[in-house]
This record gives sequence, C-alpha cells and structure tokens, in this order.
Amino acid sequence: MTGFRGRLTRDDAVVLRVQKLGESDRIVTMLTRRHGRIRAVAKGVRRTSSRFGARLEPFGHIDVQWIEGRSLHVVSQVEGVDLYGKRFLEDYPRYTAASAIAETAERLTPMEHEPSLRLFLLTVGALRTLAAREHTVSLVLDAYLLRAAAIAGWAPALRECAVCGTKGAHRAFSVPAGGCVCADCRPPGAARPAPATLALMSALASGDWATADASEPGPRNEASGLVAAHLQWHLERGLRSLPLVDRSVARTAAPDLDRTLDPTGKDRA
Amino acid sequence: MYEGAIQDLIDELGRLPGVGPKSAQRIAFHVLSADAVDVKRLASALQRVKDLVKFCTSCYNVAESEQCRICRDPRRTNEVLCVVEEPKDVVAIERTGEFRGRYHVLGGAINPLEGVGPDNLKVRELMTRLSSGEVKELILATDPNTEGEATATYLALLVKPMGLHVTRLASGLPVGGDLEYADEITLGRAFEGRRAV
Ligand SMILES: [Zn+2]
Ligand SMILES: [Zn+2]
Repeated sequence: MTGFRGRLTRDDAVVLRVQKLGESDRIVTMLTRRHGRIRAVAKGVRRTSSRFGARLEPFGHIDVQWIEGRSLHVVSQVEGVDLYGKRFLEDYPRYTAASAIAETAERLTPMEHEPSLRLFLLTVGALRTLAAREHTVSLVLDAYLLRAAAIAGWAPALRECAVCGTKGAHRAFSVPAGGCVCADCRPPGAARPAPATLALMSALASGDWATADASEPGPRNEASGLVAAHLQWHLERGLRSLPLVDRSVARTAAPDLDRTLDPTGKDRA
Repeated sequence: MYEGAIQDLIDELGRLPGVGPKSAQRIAFHVLSADAVDVKRLASALQRVKDLVKFCTSCYNVAESEQCRICRDPRRTNEVLCVVEEPKDVVAIERTGEFRGRYHVLGGAINPLEGVGPDNLKVRELMTRLSSGEVKELILATDPNTEGEATATYLALLVKPMGLHVTRLASGLPVGGDLEYADEITLGRAFEGRRAV
C-alpha cells in the first residue's frame, strides 16, 4: 500500500475510452487537465440505477473526483462540463473521428500521471469543434492529428526542408525524412503531393480555417493520407480507429451501399 | 500499473465477468509464475471453446444445432426483426415476453477504439437477410450507450434505401447502461413505445 491510497483528487478531464469490467463496472480512461492520463473504475455504471448516468460516456468533458488506488483509481463523483459524446450519437462520421482523436490522445500519453496540459486543451478543443459542426469532419481530425504530433515533438516540416532546413514551399514529401524535402535532399520514394495539399496541411497546422474550409476534396484526401502516414510513422503501431474513420462529407442522403459497407478508406488517399 | 504484456493480460482478465482489478492482477501473476505447459493447456482450452461453440446460421445467436430455438419456432413472425449486440440481449428481451419476431445478433457494437468496424460485425449478413423483402420492421435494440447508439445510427442510414420501418427502443432506458440490466418492465415498456428513426 502506498501513502497516497485513499486520497481524493479532483480535476477536469476528457473521457477517452470506456471498457467493461466485471459484471457491471467500467474502466474509464481519461485525459485530465493537471494529472495527465489516468484510468479509474466506475463502479456499477452499467446498471440502470447508476448515479453516474451518461456522464462517463466517451468523449465527454467532465469534472471528476476519484479515490486514488494502487493499480486503479475509483471514480467517486462526476459532473458533466460538456458531454460532447451525445452530439456524435446521430452523426456516424463524427463518432468515428472522435474515436480517432481519443485514441491518438491515449497513444500520445504512454505514461499515466504525466501532465500534458497542451494535449488536454487540444483534445477538448478538437471535440468541441467536432461537436459544433462548423468544419468538415476530416479537416477537424487532420488538424488535431497534425497539432497533436507537434506537441509530441513530431511536427512535420511544411515550410522548410526537413533535412537541410532550406526555407520555402518544397514539392516533395517524405514520411521517413519528416515532411517536405527540397530537390537536393529528396530521398527515393518521396511523395509528390499537389501544392494545394501542402498548403492545406500548413493551414491545418497553423489554425488557418479560412484556407482549410476553402480547400477542394482532392487535396483534402491527399492531406489525410499524408497526415495519417506521418503520425503512424512515429507511433509504435498504427492507430486502430484511423482506418475506420468515415470521411464521407454528407451521410444524410441515402448512402451508397457498397461504400458504406466498407468505410475503410476507399475515398482516402 | 505495470507495463507491456503483463498489464495487457491484467486488462484482458479484468474484462471477464466477475473479475475485479485485484483478482485480475492475482491471476496474471499466477500465470506468469506457472509452468509453460500449464499455460499452454489453458490457452488451448480457451481456443477450443471458441472453435467448438455453435452460432445459429440465421441469426448468430448461440445454438445447439444449425438453427437456434427462436429461428426454428414456426409461431414467430418473420416480419419484425430485432437487432441486438449480444446473445445475452436476446435473453433479456425474451424475458419481457413482448416480442414475437426474430433476432439478428451483431456480435458487438461498432467501436473504432477497439478496432471494431462494421466489417467485424454481422452487418453484411443483416443486409443479406433484409434483401429477401420479408422483414417489414427493423428494431434497433443495441445498448443505450455511445457505441450502441452510434451503431444504430450507422445501421439506420445503411438500410434507409430499403424503405423499411426502422425503430429504436423508447427512451426510459438509461444512457450508459447495458440492455441486460434493464428490468423486464422497463425493457418491455421501451419495446412497446419504440419510435421510428
Ligand atoms: Zn534540403
Ligand atoms: Zn437463430
């Protein structure tokens, strides 16, 4: 037993993942503002009489209090700050994008209890933006992935050569080299994306939504492919949710059956 | 908290019914210190039950023969099909005595975080069943939590072109709960008051 056992801690957090535990409990993985990523047991949460209700569902921004335990904490109280998850229930593409955001946040915090305020703020901001429906799903997700990579220290070079640092808009992009590469440094196998694709990636990385919103589907698809490849190059293994993200723009109309049955990215670069 | 394989095993064990975090840890360390032969025998027993258990070829409920008891029952109607996540949900709904149609067991809910997409569930099989045109109403009775709701949303859009009457269980079921924990009366009421989606 450690000296911390039984101590109550309170923080605000975003729920990244919930997993069933035993008969009626769940393990809730959260990214907190001041305590980094933590995992806590929510007891009885799957029973109809649970006092936690829907407040521990995925993607919610919550105010939570937990009792510190040796291997797992135990949730004692929770209030909703803004339960974004509710707003993704009837929007399947946004639900899949929120899942990819949550998985990325979890993967970028391999150590529990290691505070990452910037990642916390970015993650809450991304879910809020996704819920607000102001921008296309894939743009919100790719902006998040680019900026989360930057917080992890893996920002792709977009305005200079990743190898020699020469400033300028270079035409080639190499995932192993770490971004755009000049003609001299270009390794074999580097991609040659459209200039509009690299301009979109710059806009997404810097929060220039006017440029991003005005982009065309072609560069968007190509940027999604490069962003995913760049991030997954740095992670030990690929993100499970990324191939399942539904990037189709509007799904309110009757969906194309074949594509819907296989949303694993036929329309992705 | 441990790192790597031992924590993975603790997590997996902790997901088993009735196994709390402390027991999961105890079992994991027992496995770690056990004889390699004993561990292999346990692993193969787990694998065998998975290989030998049968699922109904129509609805994917657990079955002792080709088709389950519900699919074989000639008194039930083919016009109403109820989609659930797990075989235990079939049991929960049967307990209410409200339903005389057939079931379709998806085998889970869409959960990208766990790598579960539509292709990992019995979604294609559902579409095949619906293509016969016999089903008039499709009830989406997935769990009233985020994954269950998102799965229902996905299926509702998918079957929209087929012009079926698609319904979802009425509210009254608490969000965040499991269908199996709803008492018969609440679940029965939710069934009776199902709404079109
Ligand atoms: Zn260079
Ligand atoms: Zn059956």
